[in-house]
Amino acid sequence: MKVELDINRERHTVDVEPRLSLLDCLRDKLLLTGAHAGCEHGVCGACTVLVDGAAVRSCLMFAVQADGVAITTIEGLSPGPGELSPLQDAFCETHGMQCGYCTPAMILAAHALLSKNTSPTREEIVDAISGNICRCTGYAQIVEAIALAAERIRGQNDPVRP
Amino acid sequence: MKPAAFEYSRPADIDEACALLAADDGARVIAGGQTLGPLMAMRLARPSRLIDIARIPGLAFVRDEGKEIVVGATTRQHVVENDPLVRAKLPLLAKVMPFVGHTATRARGTVGGSLVNGDPAAEIVLVAVTLGAILVWRDGGESQSIAASDFFLGPMVTALPLTACLAEARFPVWPEPRVGVGFHEINARQSDFAFVSAAAQIALDADGCCTRAAIGIGAATAVPLRLDAVADALKGQRFDEARVRELAKAALAGIEAMADLHASAEYRKRVAVTMAVRAIADAYQDAARRP
Ligand SMILES: Cc1cc2nc3c(=O)[nH]c(=O)nc-3n(C[C@@H](O)[C@H](O)[C@H](O)COP(=O)(O)OP(=O)(O)OC[C@H]3O[C@@H](n4cnc5c(N)ncnc54)[C@H](O)[C@@H]3O)c2cc1C
Ligand code: FES
Ligand code: FES
Repeated sequence: MKVELDINRERHTVDVEPRLSLLDCLRDKLLLTGAHAGCEHGVCGACTVLVDGAAVRSCLMFAVQADGVAITTIEGLSPGPGELSPLQDAFCETHGMQCGYCTPAMILAAHALLSKNTSPTREEIVDAISGNICRCTGYAQIVEAIALAAERIRGQNDPVRP
Repeated sequence: MKPAAFEYSRPADIDEACALLAADDGARVIAGGQTLGPLMAMRLARPSRLIDIARIPGLAFVRDEGKEIVVGATTRQHVVENDPLVRAKLPLLAKVMPFVGHTATRARGTVGGSLVNGDPAAEIVLVAVTLGAILVWRDGGESQSIAASDFFLGPMVTALPLTACLAEARFPVWPEPRVGVGFHEINARQSDFAFVSAAAQIALDADGCCTRAAIGIGAATAVPLRLDAVADALKGQRFDEARVRELAKAALAGIEAMADLHASAEYRKRVAVTMAVRAIADAYQDAARRP
């Protein structure tokens, strides 16, 4: 089936079998490998992307279900070539990652939170990433990174763009 | 973890969805895909055709009909979670929504999908049974209504005919001015499926005495259990923890609790009593805060 996808504000027409997950479509057809395949059945969160601004699991969506929505992957987050978003910067600075497997998903889940709420409590941060498993960091620096990014975004003139 | 091949259809309305179901025994409805997706990935489900109902116009809504709040089957869980009408008139549903999976699964998962899936640990299923919701499905061009207590038959088994499509869930609204709710669950990880859960909704009079109560236990038995004997015994009473514990213990003494690797039947029975006491205590406290 042909499907029209809007990914990181670019249109792509791809020919897919209905059983192809959005995750596999992003990775194998469009070479956007920032969405990671962990469990492929909804448990780990490594495949998180944004659909109309909300964090969703791309392994639990078929590509054929994804026409007409705006998809954002980690590749679409930086404001320009060679630049990082405040969240990406904060993850680097606080060592919010070790192996990096969970990182794109953590950043996108945090991005969805901060685009609605730039003053999240620790509980709100923890809740926002509760569906994302990290086997390395123990989460403390991830939470710290998100809090730091939130603080910086609050200080920006344009607080709507995490 | 790749599902088997299937055909994909997107019907224009619910009757066309039913017709597609009737035409192919292997066809299944997909709404949010948050349960069906994992089942297909593990090949525990191998539908020959997926009938995507998520974009059917008019199936996703929250509507105030006075005595009932009606929720359309394909309404996403995160919409219900943040809906002001649900918060104001269906406080028990609002209370449990943050416990239904994670932010990312609630963004896709639907209310109807959770109900049709009929997991005894599902919070929305528990609320439907506790409050006595009415479920409405379409089948062969006709609508049929059924009480939640008759809809859920066993773990993941419901009365929904194979050719039917759930259309809406009608939750009763309590008109009393002082209504409070409580919910507690115990699980291995925040937002995972509960081993035991308890929900309570209580109305109080001006003196703090209970005039009406609804209490339900989820995940302990094959379908959520209403503790009507406890609810009846609370009438006219102020909160008394020792008495509530005795009542809950008595009501749960004879249940046939489920057992699995995570929680034995004995454990579930014991914890169910504690969860019920906590939910009831919270509901009293919540109601007492209202003028
Ligand atoms: C990591 C994770 C954690 C979760 N934790 C919880 C939790 O704590 N509590 C909880 O309650 N749930 C939990 N869930 C499941 C919940 O997210 C699902 O949303 C819900 O059970 C199913 O809703 P859905 O819309 O995704 O349905 P789908 O997966 O699309 O469908 C589920 C079943 O219902 C049928 N169906 C769906 N809609 C209709 C309809 N209108 N008419 C007829 N048949 C229909 C489908 O054919 C299928 O058999 C979790 C899921 C994941 C992935
Ligand atoms: S790969 Fe999607 S949740 Fe694990
Ligand atoms: S950094 Fe390795 S899984 Fe999170």
